[in-house]
Amino acid sequence: MSQALRKVSETVWSEGEELEVLTFDIAGETFALEAVRVREILDLLPETVVPGAKAFVGSVLNFRGRVIPLADIRLAFGMEATKQTIDSRIIVIEFDIEGEATLIGIRTDKVNEVTTLAKTSSELPPSVGMKWRPDFISCLVKRGSDFIILPNLQAIFSTSHDS
Amino acid sequence: MSFPDPIQVFKTEAAELLEQIETGLLDLTYDLTNKDQIDAVFRGLHTLKGSGAMFGFDALAAFTHHCETAFDRVRKGEVTATEELISVVLEARDHMRALVENPNAEHDAVSTRLLADLHRAVEALDKAGAAPAKASGPKETLWRIRFGLPRNAMANGTNPLGLLDELRDLGPCKIRADLSDIPALDALTPSDLYISWHVEVTTAQPKSMIEDVFIFVMDEMQIEITAIDAGKAAAPAPAPAPQKAAAPAAAAPVVEAPKPVVQETASVPAVRDTSAAAASAADPKQNRAAESVRVPAERLDELMDRVGELVIAQSRLRQLAGRNADIQLRAVSEDIERLSGELRDTMMVLRMVPVATLFGRFRRLVHDLARETGKVIELITEGETTEVDKTVIERLADPLVHLVRNSVDHGLETPEMRRAAGKQEAGKVILSARQASGEVIITIKDDGRGIDRDRVRAKAESSGLIQPNAALTDQEIFQLIFQPGFSTAQTVTNLSGRGVGMDVVKRTIDALRGTIEVASFPGEGSEISLRIPLTLAIIEGLLVRVGGGRYVIPLSAVEECLELSLEEDLRSRGRSFISLRDSLVPFIRLRDLFHTGTKPDPYQKVVVISTGSERVGLVVDQIIGDHQTVIKSMSKLHHDVATFSGATILGDGSVALILDVVHLVAAGQQQEAQMRIAG
Repeated sequence: MSQALRKVSETVWSEGEELEVLTFDIAGETFALEAVRVREILDLLPETVVPGAKAFVGSVLNFRGRVIPLADIRLAFGMEATKQTIDSRIIVIEFDIEGEATLIGIRTDKVNEVTTLAKTSSELPPSVGMKWRPDFISCLVKRGSDFIILPNLQAIFSTSHDS
Repeated sequence: MSFPDPIQVFKTEAAELLEQIETGLLDLTYDLTNKDQIDAVFRGLHTLKGSGAMFGFDALAAFTHHCETAFDRVRKGEVTATEELISVVLEARDHMRALVENPNAEHDAVSTRLLADLHRAVEALDKAGAAPAKASGPKETLWRIRFGLPRNAMANGTNPLGLLDELRDLGPCKIRADLSDIPALDALTPSDLYISWHVEVTTAQPKSMIEDVFIFVMDEMQIEITAIDAGKAAAPAPAPAPQKAAAPAAAAPVVEAPKPVVQETASVPAVRDTSAAAASAADPKQNRAAESVRVPAERLDELMDRVGELVIAQSRLRQLAGRNADIQLRAVSEDIERLSGELRDTMMVLRMVPVATLFGRFRRLVHDLARETGKVIELITEGETTEVDKTVIERLADPLVHLVRNSVDHGLETPEMRRAAGKQEAGKVILSARQASGEVIITIKDDGRGIDRDRVRAKAESSGLIQPNAALTDQEIFQLIFQPGFSTAQTVTNLSGRGVGMDVVKRTIDALRGTIEVASFPGEGSEISLRIPLTLAIIEGLLVRVGGGRYVIPLSAVEECLELSLEEDLRSRGRSFISLRDSLVPFIRLRDLFHTGTKPDPYQKVVVISTGSERVGLVVDQIIGDHQTVIKSMSKLHHDVATFSGATILGDGSVALILDVVHLVAAGQQQEAQMRIAG
């Protein structure tokens, strides 16, 4: 298990010792996504519920003429739903799903900044003492007294998972 | 925008050339002496060889060279083409395609075999005696040729010296270069060609042979060929085309007739003025090709997306303008509405291609099938100009191949059987396409023996597809042939009889939201009609509201809409059926299916949808109206949701989901079956 995780972690940092990311908050935790994946940050848009879809991708929205799924990472991490605020945003990322470049919206409570994370301060997720599924996390990066979560999108979006 | 991969460009070009070669060859089977087609095939082979070598497809170039050589002899009239030769070259063409697509695979064995075949075919030609020798006799004529190449000719790979060498091969030459156009040194571009040539050649060859020297540069060059001593007997020079704007306007079109040019110096400007003349020699086909532009399909899709966004933005603008009293704003909004509407219509047309591109492939297929089965087949195509969305065309190819094969293999009889039945020996297969009310109808018709109803029935009973003695209409029986694993062919042939294929046809057509109709008359033939929506990108839909959400039901599936009265609603609590003109139709409450958690509207509506003979009612809260929509596919994350086939964007920018009719009807039927079991 930890061997596999180490591999995942390696792939995130493969491009160098530093990683440029966009950080954002969901339910009080700070997450980060590789900045190169991010296509756009949107204000909340009217969304359309897809009956029968997995709750994790329960709705779609109109992203400039394209219909894209809106993913709720909270559900993957078993977090409480939070109320929409004036800071709520949707981050549109491009992600390969089964070889097909797909645009996906990610619901966030607040978008912070683009910043650079150093590999040296990253850690593998501990295999115990964590309430989240460890395979959904690529690594944790310490920053000050807190840490930033780099989610493993590949695992989260792999269509077989049924959260 | 990235620069296109040259190998990819070559492959596309090669595919076109191969198609051109094939068409030419097939046309030749009707008229073995058709000079135009022989030339077309030769030119195709020659170009393929040339560009193949240029892009490193050496095996292709070497192989094609042999076919070219064979055809060159036909072209020169040394031998006449035979069916045998054409068949071999057709086969060789397929091999060339393999060489283009998989240059690195092992092809030597096939190459060698085909070349041996080709060799035999050509030898047979030689034995059959050379084609009637040119009767004109070895009378030698003095020709005066003046030619000038475009400035960039050398950059494009033309070597003027090569042309001169070829002229020398025709007979003794007197060559003089015209240097009058060379500019002063400071204005000279070293890579440009400024020289034109005057050549006097004495040869017994006809004029066409001289023209052949220039065959590949003719379109862009200035050329004038006149006979000097043969005088009146000489063929006229290529008719001058309308003068190109590039030519000096002052100069009159001096060279119109085969007028012997005497004074060389005086005629220099005349040579220049015929600039466009050669262009006219190019066949109209090439001119047409120049008018069309090849665009990758994904760019069209992108453009389509942009147009979709524009339409949405425009409808927002209209709403704003509607609320605003400013007349000028409204005028602009109306203009934009009209323009974007037109733009969308144009966009739709861009994606349409004539079915001729699809039907063209079947000539080859039928040609091969006829050889394989020993049947005499005449393929007739109708309505080739009917236009269909490009994606539809691509996806129709396979089903049509199956259907045509099926017609030939199961439908048409052998010539002996046809004679015995008092029919013409040649069996007809008619492929036709026409448009009717937003659909394209493609029919495959044959005049063979027709579908044997009793055998289909017996087979279906024995394989358990239907109950013995079940009452079935003809249409229902015929639809059985589309069941997986169904085949009535008594012998399994290379073509059909394995029972795979027809169910693939059915699945593909379903996926295209189309329907299949079968008609058959014993002894007279059968007819299969595919009705397919014109485009996959757009559907005509009925917009409905269920709870707070809006959904689109494809209009082609909608049979009728009726109101679900409160009492009927209450009465049907236990059993979800309504009676519709004496038949029971199961219905699905979309509110329940979608878990909207809302209260039903007081006046709910039932939309009755059907696929073929099966019907199901969908209970909705409100029918909003009909709506033409651009279909957007859903991402892979939603592929597990079978209820919806796609999504669309409404005028206000929100997303509405499109219901998958086939799935819903199946769900309704299942529900009905369960009800029956439950009693």
